[in-house]
Amino acid sequence: MNAKELKRLAPAAKSEARARGATGSLAARAAGEGLVDVAVATMDSPVGELFVAVTSKGLVTVAYETESREEVWQRLVRQVSPRVLEAAAPTDDARRELEEYFRAGRRRFDLGIDDRLMSAFARSVLRATSSVGFGELATYGEIAARIDRPKAARAVGRALGSNPIPIVIPCHRIVGVSGSLTGYAGGLARKQTLLRLEGSLT
Amino acid sequence: MSGAHRMLPPFQEFLEANRATVYRFLTVAVGPTEADDVFQEAFLAALRAFPRVEEPDKLDRWILSIASRKAIDHHRRSARRPIPTDDPPERPVDDPAPADPGDPLWEAVRSLPPRQRVAVVHRHVLDRPYAEIAELMECSEETARANVSHGTKRLRELMS
Repeated sequence: MNAKELKRLAPAAKSEARARGATGSLAARAAGEGLVDVAVATMDSPVGELFVAVTSKGLVTVAYETESREEVWQRLVRQVSPRVLEAAAPTDDARRELEEYFRAGRRRFDLGIDDRLMSAFARSVLRATSSVGFGELATYGEIAARIDRPKAARAVGRALGSNPIPIVIPCHRIVGVSGSLTGYAGGLARKQTLLRLEGSLT
Repeated sequence: MSGAHRMLPPFQEFLEANRATVYRFLTVAVGPTEADDVFQEAFLAALRAFPRVEEPDKLDRWILSIASRKAIDHHRRSARRPIPTDDPPERPVDDPAPADPGDPLWEAVRSLPPRQRVAVVHRHVLDRPYAEIAELMECSEETARANVSHGTKRLRELMS
């Protein structure tokens, strides 16, 4: 007998298929044992596929397709933990609330927020932004004034551009003084879609 | 985290890069019906230790060494299981059959002692060099060679 015949007991293609099959229950067990520091999942939405990441503290990021997945993953590894795993259950609430926002008229999110991907300045800007409600708009200057940095409208713009949790932290509700949409990290078309959905734009 | 050494990948990426090899190893090392359980144990142990990994460029060897340990532990645990004195229960119906139950090679592989079986799989299924098998099994290269050669000899005898 040739020892290489042992290979026929475990054909490579079959091993890949069975390993993939075992991955789902592995992720569920890992999450159950509290070993998943960052649970990630993707979902479809009217603004394209969304990547959602959740930690024990709450929602840590929502990313559009325009952002490189590799960069998003690396940011999570660097700033939160390398224990990042695709796991459905821990992301259920976040995906359900987003789904309701898009399709069932949900006007506010009741999700915990993990702000570890934000700089200290962005944190204060995004907190102020969170108080701008569904169907309302605010200007960059107004947000700057709310955080007692009235001259910092530009820095506010940059902080909003770095928002790691778009849609849930509604940076799309912040517009220019003349009512122009100015810019959006996910692209102006997405900002328009969100504002139309909220009735702020016709 | 120090910038001096290479960064760890996200666990998901590490899992996807290594799961097929680990599953292939375990299919032969513990058998097709047990592979799933030991596969999960190995990756759960890896997930527990992941943030403390010191050599991110050797993750493929790291997970195979964990899987080797788990495979050997698994055989030792099964060996310690008390043997029922009365009639053994019938095999459960949903117990998945081995890939090819008729293959006499399975019987031969099952008769190997755990360390020989693991060493033989590294050598002849995954084609690993002896130095690496020694590292994976935390033994000397001579011991690795001896385990592979004794195991292979026994397989040849049983299959002749």
